[in-house]
Amino acid sequence: MLEIKNLHVSIEEKKIIKGLDLSINKGEVHALMGPNGSGKSTLSYVLSGKDKYEINDGTIDYNGKNLLELDVDERANEGLFLAFQYPMEIPGVQTSFFLKTAINSKRKYLGQSEMDALEFAKLMKSKAEELNISTEMLKRDLNVNYSGGEKKKQEILQMSMLSPKMAILDETDSGLDIDALRIVSEGVNKLRNSDNSFLVITHYQRLLNYIKPDFVHIIADGKIVKSGDYSLALELEEKGYEEISQTA
Amino acid sequence: MAATEQTIKQVNTLGNSDYKYGFSTDVDEIRPPKGLNEEIIKFISAQKDEPEWMLEWRLNAFKVFNKLPKPQWAKLNIPEIDYQDCYYYSIPKSLKDKPKSLDEIDPEILKTYEKLGIPLKEQKMLSGIAVDAVFDSVSVATTYKKQLSDLGIVFCSISEAVKTHPELVKKYLGSVIPVSDHSFAALNSAVFTDGSFIYIPEGVKCPVELSTYFRINAMNTGQFERTLIIADKDSYVSYLEGCTAPMRDENQLHAANVELVALDNAEIKYSTVQNWYPGDKEGKGGIYNFVTKRGACRGKNSKISWTQVETGSAITWKYPSCILQGDNSKGEFYSVAITNNMQQADTGTKMIHIGKNTSSKIISKGISAGKANNTYRGLVNILSKAKNARNFTQCDSLLIGNQCGAHTVPYIESSNSDSMVEHEATTSKINEDQLFYCQQRGLNSEDAVGLIVNGFCKEVLQHLPMEFAVEAQKLVAISLEGSVG
Repeated sequence: MLEIKNLHVSIEEKKIIKGLDLSINKGEVHALMGPNGSGKSTLSYVLSGKDKYEINDGTIDYNGKNLLELDVDERANEGLFLAFQYPMEIPGVQTSFFLKTAINSKRKYLGQSEMDALEFAKLMKSKAEELNISTEMLKRDLNVNYSGGEKKKQEILQMSMLSPKMAILDETDSGLDIDALRIVSEGVNKLRNSDNSFLVITHYQRLLNYIKPDFVHIIADGKIVKSGDYSLALELEEKGYEEISQTA
Repeated sequence: MAATEQTIKQVNTLGNSDYKYGFSTDVDEIRPPKGLNEEIIKFISAQKDEPEWMLEWRLNAFKVFNKLPKPQWAKLNIPEIDYQDCYYYSIPKSLKDKPKSLDEIDPEILKTYEKLGIPLKEQKMLSGIAVDAVFDSVSVATTYKKQLSDLGIVFCSISEAVKTHPELVKKYLGSVIPVSDHSFAALNSAVFTDGSFIYIPEGVKCPVELSTYFRINAMNTGQFERTLIIADKDSYVSYLEGCTAPMRDENQLHAANVELVALDNAEIKYSTVQNWYPGDKEGKGGIYNFVTKRGACRGKNSKISWTQVETGSAITWKYPSCILQGDNSKGEFYSVAITNNMQQADTGTKMIHIGKNTSSKIISKGISAGKANNTYRGLVNILSKAKNARNFTQCDSLLIGNQCGAHTVPYIESSNSDSMVEHEATTSKINEDQLFYCQQRGLNSEDAVGLIVNGFCKEVLQHLPMEFAVEAQKLVAISLEGSVG
């Protein structure tokens, strides 16, 4: 699915990622954990194609394609999804309209016809119910005056409607209370299957109680310093980043 | 414009068989010289077979034009206009000069037609290709005409109204925009060629949007358009002007006059989408659009509402205004003005409060991209007798890129202490993170800009009649193409 080799990234001359390797296969859930400033969010932006970042070295293969050559929207339409840490507000654009536009952009890219209005309404309704999102909220402008938890649920709704092949969750747990965390996690778990993959970026082990990863990686100073299974997350919780990084 | 005129005449002739343009067969023979003088005005009037009083009115307007000073422009960079170097009567191009097929039309224009979903036949007509097919809209037009005349509604060209309803034209023409108002108003009065005339009788609510046929009809406007709409007591009308398709047009200067009159309890809703040729990216060519639009809420409880989406023209200069004379009358102005590349727009409104309890609302959205300049200029004037008058103004500007400009120039004059005037203004830049977010959801950069800008304009676009709104949304996106990335 995703193969990152020897990735080096800088922003405005400052090196952020310094030789990162990561391989994610179909059907796997990987967790990426690390302290502030270790390069977690940078990795999610580089994967999704945000400009300003300079790729100094390395390759990223995504399902046989050179990911770095694709535009942001091409990556998205090829099934790469980023659940944002800070979802953007778009005033004047109804949430449901935005969802429909996103779905139809993908269908257009894939050479399919637009989704029929009734089919869309049904899909949106059932997905929204799973996440405990009210239909009233879908009529509001996208993310405008949403609470932190509502914004994160909205991200997961978009994800479940677009059913990506490779989903990156960038600190989706931040700002969530325990109930919202559970609902969001259940939403993610429902989407898991043998064909798609997840990269879950987080500070805390808490989220991983709900979304059980197959692999856990610890990133420090722009590199993965340690990889393991779920037990690594528990060990990290106990010892903290500093000790783990040193022993690595 | 000229090239389309003949086609439109054919269409009109089919719709209304007793409408005769006296010269339509010998069209190539008529070549009045360039320049502006009494002879030309007499020529225009004679071509239109006008009554004596109309000619006198025109000649008087010409005298006024000669005395008035030429306007001094604020904020607009306009080359001086040589009035003697213009033709004042459009002559349809002869058939052999017209493009033979769409292959001869600028591919950029064709691309836009395609994006707007304009049918092929209509594309040909808009491009000025001689088309002999009968348009679907002709039959629609005929059906409407019958329905409208049963209600006593008069909807025809102003030239026709001069002959068929002289009492109404005499009474109202120039009553909202006096000939002496300013130089362009006088010029238009002297040489106007055609435009629409609408009269809605007392108590009648016009059942259709007066326009729909009228992607075609609206094009028959010419360089000096003159429109007059009168809504008698307790009546209602919604009129749509303009065309979302870019028009091939040989005229550089457009100076239209539009007058609206609403009597007691009457309501007029006037919507415009203007997408004339804006010139190329370097600012070469393009239409100068200097329009005077003014509505008089003459009766009690009357209401006039202007909605405009301005995306075309090299220079747009217009301030659709309301004179709130009747007690409790209401004026509204909803505007989206988009300027890209080298375009300039200076637009806004004037709300003149005269009667008691009059109220006005102004929502203006200006969007600038490229090296364009966009100015909102508005006047809210509350006279001493306008007790308890109210105004709310909101002006928002959105900038795309760092070479464009947005300016807000509100004038507020209040001569009594019972009135209340509110003004809110914001300026923002299109946010790169918003664009990235939309693109990460699969929208390409142009669709993303279109989505965000349409969101920004929503408060205005929602006042457009449904079908028009859909086209306007597409247009908003199209006119900003190439502005990002």
